[in-house]
Amino acid sequence: MTSVPAAEPTPAARSRRPELPPWFGRAAAITLGILAILMPLFFDPISGFIDDCVIALAYVVMALGLNVVVGFAGLLDLGYVAFFAIGAYTVGWFASGFYSDANIHILVTGNADKLPGIHINFLIILVVAATLCAIAGILIGLPTLRLRGDYIAIVTLAFGEIIHVFAVNGDGIKIFGDRYPLTAGRQGITPVDQVHLPFVEPFNQLNLRPWYWLILGIVFFTLFIVIRMRDSRIGRAWVAIREDEIAAASMGVPLVKTKLFAYAAGAAIGGLSGAFLAAYLNTVNADQFAFTFSIFVLAMVILGGMGSVWGVVLGAVLLSFINNRLIPDVLNGVPGKLNLDFQLADLGFGIFGFLLVIVMILRPEGLLPERRHRIEMHEDIDVQESMYDEERL
Amino acid sequence: MADTPIEPPAVAAGPGPSLGSKVRAAISGWGLWALLALLPVVYGVKDVSQGEGLSRIAQNILEGLSNGSIWALIALGYTLVYGIIELINFAHGDVFMIGSFVAAGIFGTIGLTLTTGPAGLVGGLLIVLIICMVACGSLNVMIEKVGYRPLRNAPKLAPLITAVGFSFILQNVGLLWLGGSPASVPDLIRAQQDVFTIWGVTVQRADLLAIGVTVPLVTGLTLFISKSRLGKAMRATAQDPDAARLMGINVDTTISATFALGGMLAGAAGLIYALYQTTVWYFQGFQAGLIAFTAAVMGGIGNLRGAVLGGLIIGVIQQTSDNRIGPEWTPAIVFAFLILIMVFRPQGLIGEETREAG
Repeated sequence: MTSVPAAEPTPAARSRRPELPPWFGRAAAITLGILAILMPLFFDPISGFIDDCVIALAYVVMALGLNVVVGFAGLLDLGYVAFFAIGAYTVGWFASGFYSDANIHILVTGNADKLPGIHINFLIILVVAATLCAIAGILIGLPTLRLRGDYIAIVTLAFGEIIHVFAVNGDGIKIFGDRYPLTAGRQGITPVDQVHLPFVEPFNQLNLRPWYWLILGIVFFTLFIVIRMRDSRIGRAWVAIREDEIAAASMGVPLVKTKLFAYAAGAAIGGLSGAFLAAYLNTVNADQFAFTFSIFVLAMVILGGMGSVWGVVLGAVLLSFINNRLIPDVLNGVPGKLNLDFQLADLGFGIFGFLLVIVMILRPEGLLPERRHRIEMHEDIDVQESMYDEERL
Repeated sequence: MADTPIEPPAVAAGPGPSLGSKVRAAISGWGLWALLALLPVVYGVKDVSQGEGLSRIAQNILEGLSNGSIWALIALGYTLVYGIIELINFAHGDVFMIGSFVAAGIFGTIGLTLTTGPAGLVGGLLIVLIICMVACGSLNVMIEKVGYRPLRNAPKLAPLITAVGFSFILQNVGLLWLGGSPASVPDLIRAQQDVFTIWGVTVQRADLLAIGVTVPLVTGLTLFISKSRLGKAMRATAQDPDAARLMGINVDTTISATFALGGMLAGAAGLIYALYQTTVWYFQGFQAGLIAFTAAVMGGIGNLRGAVLGGLIIGVIQQTSDNRIGPEWTPAIVFAFLILIMVFRPQGLIGEETREAG
């Protein structure tokens, strides 16, 4: 119960067993939501478990955002880390002492009000991060409009890597004069402002509960947005172009607008999470924005089930806990006990690669698949003739 | 360069060429060639205007070509596989990395040291070359059997994701094998030693090695594809797998053979890289894979000559950027070229339109 907040209602809600009353799914979701809100009260405010939960929830937001692009619209994005970077740098630029010559304070209280640098209220930062990421998402999406399938993957990957290169070398780029470098490179911009919000205790490293509630709020917000989008006109348009672009276009779905909206929405959600992670980790470091991160989030979406909101939540929580708790802490000594000369933590991304392969081969639709997607993944087994036909996601 | 507006309406618009599509047509016709020549030309002109002559840029180009021949070998692997099953074999760069690691591990085993004489060196390196090629070829075939064959009926995204998965697994193997930091390889051929100088351009042993291994391999591959029975089967399968099957071609074997060929070339590239750079590390495959993929796309993916041409061009761009702008920016520049090509000429410089990109 404690380990997977807000993810459990899924099997019950999604399965079509007749004995469950129609309100069951909603009731289960609300119950779990309340449990998730109350959960930190039962733990020490600085316990590692709360820390893991905060990170896991941040990944849930990331994965929900990527799911809009990959799962709903079927545009394989391998450069999602770009939006983590942009969201994080929004915090680095506008909520830290990084530009110590500037003296701008907007709606900040406490320490940050007295320090030099640009300091802007965290809620405004979230909006700015989402907006910047949406713009970046559109810019990255534009060149891929004419492309399909794996070419999109390559172009987005290239963009992600370009942004990584800029983040690493950005300390040498000074657009507005010498005192204003673009990034702090591998040094990292640190510290960044602590968040201040009414009604919850001060945000700091000794009290993780407010961080937890903040990210939980962002998760609820994102879930709401994503589910509403999925069930609306735009959501149906996404699924239509995912299933068959040409058919969708001839039914009147505006391809350009629909695709760009998917990129923008996915990117904006990623930006929210990126800004939160930067504030929580208290650093904006170029090494965080490597290709591995994109794959990590993609693995969450795929493990959970592309296109399935609850599946993606489950996938993100599972992988995040496997990565942050199970591999480095719980199982790390196992190879040593078997007289093997390595630690499990060294196998981190090998394990993810293995998971990707296994999931794709054994259960390509993911743990909690979206219904339409499951049908698609299994229909072609008896259609041998269409073996090499142009099948796309 | 990148500031040509991409007008979304041009995509959705019906008949009648809009301004956007005209601009794009012009750019895809000639602009790309101009763009590819941009870096060397700009720096060449700059050198001349500063009274330095052309020898520095010529040196860049020469080193670029020898570097590019390594990329060409890797790019051929991408292009072979893409041509036959339309899959971007993401793990290919890491197969190349494993090739380097095998080479680095085996030098000592078969007794090649810095003091080995020339005859022993040549013989020993030939043995290492064969071992690397066999190792990488079988690794690639294994990956195809485990990761891609079960998914041949699945949507395209599925094998692409297993390819990414295998890429990670191989990187982790490399990480466990030689650790996280670059490991040095004995400089068996004294790669930096000058052989001769012509017009101010110094040719080093490494350059000769790279070109000396690449040219026979590429020639052999071209002959194999165009003349041999299996090569003919490959071309048939690439063109139409169903028809090929009806004609009695064993499509599975043919695809395996293609992966074997691609892996062998990657293994050879791995050996050259180890001798050329004298360091290997687990992450080299990721970068090399992306550069080589860019090369394959640049030439027109699925097209063998295109891959070689693209590899050489990318090599020159990369070397010029390494030498003039700074190696830390090279990936961004190469990727910028990749994006520009994707946008303006997804079919590549000399490739035919592929279904996917068209």
